[in-house]
This record gives sequence, C-alpha cells and structure tokens, in this order.
Amino acid sequence: MMLIPCPWCGPRNETEFHYGGQAGVAYPRDPQALSDAEWAQFLFFRDNPKGVFAERWMHRSGCRRWFDLRRDTATNEILGAGAHEEQERTVSV
Amino acid sequence: MTADLYGASPLAVRADALAASSSPSTVRIAEVPFRAQVTLRVDPRGAAAERIGAALGAALPGPGGVARTERVAVLGLGPDEWLLVGPEGAAQGLQDTLTAALDRAFGAVVDVSAHRTIVQVSGPKAREVLNKGCALDLHPRVFASDRCAQTDVARTSAILMRHDVVEPGFWVFVRASFARYLADWLIDAAAEYGG
Ligand SMILES: [Zn+2]
Repeated sequence: MMLIPCPWCGPRNETEFHYGGQAGVAYPRDPQALSDAEWAQFLFFRDNPKGVFAERWMHRSGCRRWFDLRRDTATNEILGAGAHEEQERTVSV
Repeated sequence: MTADLYGASPLAVRADALAASSSPSTVRIAEVPFRAQVTLRVDPRGAAAERIGAALGAALPGPGGVARTERVAVLGLGPDEWLLVGPEGAAQGLQDTLTAALDRAFGAVVDVSAHRTIVQVSGPKAREVLNKGCALDLHPRVFASDRCAQTDVARTSAILMRHDVVEPGFWVFVRASFARYLADWLIDAAAEYGG
C-alpha cells in the first residue's frame, strides 16, 4: 500500500486515489492541423520509464482534486507532490 | 385531498438497533438526523470569501479545518469547497446569508441537507470502532476539534468531524443511500464492546 501525499489533505492510503497517467501532456494547440499519426501519438502514447515519473492523481475519496506527483516507478518512492501554488491549475475555480 | 407529508431520516429504521448496540461505558452510536447542510464553492482568495466569512462570523477554514460559530460548523472540504452544518430547518437561512454575501461573484451555494445523514459515534471506544474501517489517525493530538476529513470508512465515502460534547466522539457524515450499510457495519464493529 502506497501512502500518497495529497497536497490538500495530507498523506492518505493509495486506495483513496484514482490514477491519471502521465502529467504534463499538453493538449495540441491546433488539433485540426494534426495528422492522424500525430493525433494518435497525443491520444495513446505515453512515457513508461523505469524510474522517476511525473503523474496525475485524483483524491477520489477526499477532496476530489487532481494533482501532480513524482514517483519512482521501480521503488514506488514518492518524491513529492507540487506545492499548493504549483497545483493551482488543477483547482477548478 | 392532500397527502400527509412527513420526513423519515435514513436511519430511522436502524434507531433501535443502534441503541441496542450502544453501551454507556464503551461506545454509543446514534443518528443525528435532519441537520441543515449547505455546500459552498468560492475562490478562497477573493473578496467574496471574505464577505462570506464576515457574514458567518468565522473565516472560511482551509482544507481539513473546521470553523465554528454559535449555530454553524464550517468544514473545509477542499481548497475552494466548504460544507456548512447547522440546526434542523436552518438551510434556507444559511443559503440566503451565503447567497447575499456571494453577491453574484463566481461561486455556488447548494442545499445538500438530503445528501447525507450524520451518525454520532462517541464514548471511550469510539476511536477504536471507527479505526476498524478507517486508516486515519483519529487521536485528538492529530485529529482535534478543529479538524475534519473526507475519507473512506468501511469502504464507503464519509466525512469525519470530531464532535466532543460530554464525551469524546465523532460525527460521521454518510450518503443517505449508504447509511444503513454503515450503520450495520458499525453495529458489527461495536459488538465486541458489549452493546
Ligand atoms: Zn485530498
């Protein structure tokens, strides 16, 4: 069981969270201009490193906010969630 | 001809079973029905949040915090979300106060009184009973009277708030449709304490 630090609620059990895959995948600025291959690249292709990975997580049982986290995929060591200010874009104000 | 209207709280059907599972010296479990509950969404850094704090008589707390006035507890559910809990019948007044203070700023005020009911779990063994299905540290040193948490209790979503009156205790906010399940789980969890 991983203990995941929610930036708003503090450390909680992994079972309270929903996984959201790679963080920082930008939506194409002009989707119409993309070829099918480029669109497929955006939709389906993600990094899969053995080591440090920046991920999206959502605190499903708690504050229900999305946030970014860096995790070592080999050891499950969590290298910190962003500070409140860095998570601002995930706050749906 | 009109029908007679009456309200039945989600755990009215478990009132006797909860009373039977309670023991004064260990743990007491009872529903706290029909509390007014209003959800507030607003930017915590804006002028509207300040106006609302002033109107309530208590600044809006951060996530996991609880602010209390004479009639109302304000639970911080997230960076821009709060749950206000007041006495039965207070929902409309609370909504009016919040809506007036919001003053058409971007935000939301919604009466969610029917969404959840409250189960009070109190007594010397209250913390042990809850911790059978909840991983949070509920010791008063960590989870004091000014703290609340949204988490899983017995695999169902719940909001926990410390509620000490005569004895140490907690309010467990649970969705109406999950209330009977949680009540049955609590009755089972409390059985070893001799209810
Ligand atoms: Zn959270």
